[in-house]
Amino acid sequence: MNKPQLQRNWLKDIRSAYDTVVIGSGLAGMTSANLLAKLGHKVLLAEHHYNLGGMATWFKRKGGHIMDISLHGFPCGMIKTLRKYWSQDISNRVIQLKNVRFDNPQFSVNTSFDKLDFSHILKERFGILKEVIDEFFQTARGMNFYDDIVMTTRELFEKYFPGRTDVWRFLMEPITYANGSTLDDPAITYGIVFSNFMDKGVFTYQGGTDHLIKEMKKELLQNGVDIRTHCMVEKIYVEDKTVQGVRINGQDIACKSVLSNSNIMTTIEQLVGEEKFGPEYIKDVKNVRLNNSSCQVYMGVKKGEKIPHVGDLLFSSEAEEYCTEKILSKDITSRTFSFYYPEIRPGTDRYSIVSSTNARYEDWANLSEKEYLRDKNDLEQTTLNALEKYVPDIRKKIDHIEASTPKTFKRYTLHPSGTSFGTKFEGLKVSRDLPKQINGLFHAGSVGIIMSGWLGAANYGVIVANETDKFLRQRSPSLVTA
Amino acid sequence: MTIDEVRQIILNILEDIAPDEDISSIDDNTKLRDQIDLDSMDFLDIVMELRKRFNIEVPEKDYEHLATLAGCITYLQPLLKDRLAAS
Ligand SMILES: Cc1cc2nc3c(=O)[nH]c(=O)nc-3n(C[C@H](O)[C@H](O)[C@H](O)COP(=O)(O)OP(=O)(O)OC[C@H]3O[C@@H](n4cnc5c(N)ncnc54)[C@H](O)[C@@H]3O)c2cc1C
Repeated sequence: MNKPQLQRNWLKDIRSAYDTVVIGSGLAGMTSANLLAKLGHKVLLAEHHYNLGGMATWFKRKGGHIMDISLHGFPCGMIKTLRKYWSQDISNRVIQLKNVRFDNPQFSVNTSFDKLDFSHILKERFGILKEVIDEFFQTARGMNFYDDIVMTTRELFEKYFPGRTDVWRFLMEPITYANGSTLDDPAITYGIVFSNFMDKGVFTYQGGTDHLIKEMKKELLQNGVDIRTHCMVEKIYVEDKTVQGVRINGQDIACKSVLSNSNIMTTIEQLVGEEKFGPEYIKDVKNVRLNNSSCQVYMGVKKGEKIPHVGDLLFSSEAEEYCTEKILSKDITSRTFSFYYPEIRPGTDRYSIVSSTNARYEDWANLSEKEYLRDKNDLEQTTLNALEKYVPDIRKKIDHIEASTPKTFKRYTLHPSGTSFGTKFEGLKVSRDLPKQINGLFHAGSVGIIMSGWLGAANYGVIVANETDKFLRQRSPSLVTA
Repeated sequence: MTIDEVRQIILNILEDIAPDEDISSIDDNTKLRDQIDLDSMDFLDIVMELRKRFNIEVPEKDYEHLATLAGCITYLQPLLKDRLAAS
């Protein structure tokens, strides 16, 4: 054990009170902390991990490997969000991923993953009428939060492409990986995210996740955010339905408001405590379903080795059809490969490949240590087998491989069941209603499917920072309300 | 505060939010959304800027008044007057 680390006081010189304590430094937490500081509030950003970023993270391994966890791609809307709430320089680094591939028993297709190309493929490859395609896009685009949410994505597809499971797969598989939604979720969770991508395609951040988070950290410090890593928020104190403060690493700190980027269920049940909420609200809380978790396999290519350009993102599957259950099962053959070429980190000549699958926590949580290691190894080997189809000598080209499971995601983010994308749709209402239950308590972060992903989380951070700012200013007398 | 001053204040805010757009050519009576590329996040930014710069709170039910430049001016002029008198 590293003694000096143990003795270090991560709360050294902390103020006794803040306007806002932001719990967690995911993209929602960081974006809201930055905005609130820019609006003039005293902000403490507390993160239990040693890095900022939450799921937007990376790790390094011997041999010069850097692995990105959630940099597979995001919609172009991120450019604007980064410019407005971070900086022009950060936003300038966003680049498009132009080669997205599908390969499965039903079809093999390359696409730039935007509306124009998708329309073309739907017409030429799948033989869908232009009018139907246009109407489908219009319907998906037109969906918004206030709509009737009774229709499921399955019903949406049934309506426009009855019986065409190949088309369903083409439209659905990438979104399932992007936000964990399935055919049985409300169509709005599909429509919003699908349309965001179809706008202009899939984008990534040049420089890698490590560069992005370092730049964000600089911004946060410049704007006066007090950033504390290794700081676990253990409790949110509430009295008379009003936030009083928090306990961090055993120490009490007063604050006027709390913006929690911790999972919504954790925030309510563990950090505050159910007894502080109304019974009707708790009923809703109990009905919230968590979204799925993930497994990943990280493969580091040897220095000097090259990988031919086989695509940026590859949705590969051996399953006959798209199937929600199968996509979550442990003996999955459906996975997304992300190929990271040297262009992602200019100035380096390194390649890495990350394979991602959606997964259930239960399938990994109750194994003995021996079984766990065996299954992880199995995951690595089956992933390499699948990858050999695209990069035949992959086993010779890599000198590092490791896997993560739902348990890994849980450990690093503290999210219940290691959920990758927060909660199912009903969680959004619970998150939105939180401030009505307790004055000064806000939640921002992956929730309700539509508020997840880099763009969803960052924008939700802005929406909730706006409400927090309003709350803080209403406590001061100079606000003129219309 | 004159109408022109209020107008300028709004244009300044829009310019910050949408720097790539030609703000000077905005027509007062056409919906802002139809003239420049503004999404719901941008409208939120307008609301935040008004609060930050002038301590004005626009409740959600009044967002519709901000749809056109003329609407913004009519809605905000009396509030800005109060604001200046108050400070
Ligand atoms: C494998 C995988 C791949 C993904 N790929 C993509 C992708 O390609 N594109 C995309 O857009 N999205 C992707 N996502 C989703 C995206 O990463 C997330 O939706 C987004 O980053 C979530 O941000 P967030 O703000 O909700 O918080 P999170 O990233 O979940 O962060 C929450 C933070 O809070 C901290 N925390 C929690 N409780 C406490 C506490 N009590 N005290 C202190 N700190 C606490 C955690 O440590 C964590 O840092 C992926 C997700 C996964 C898991």
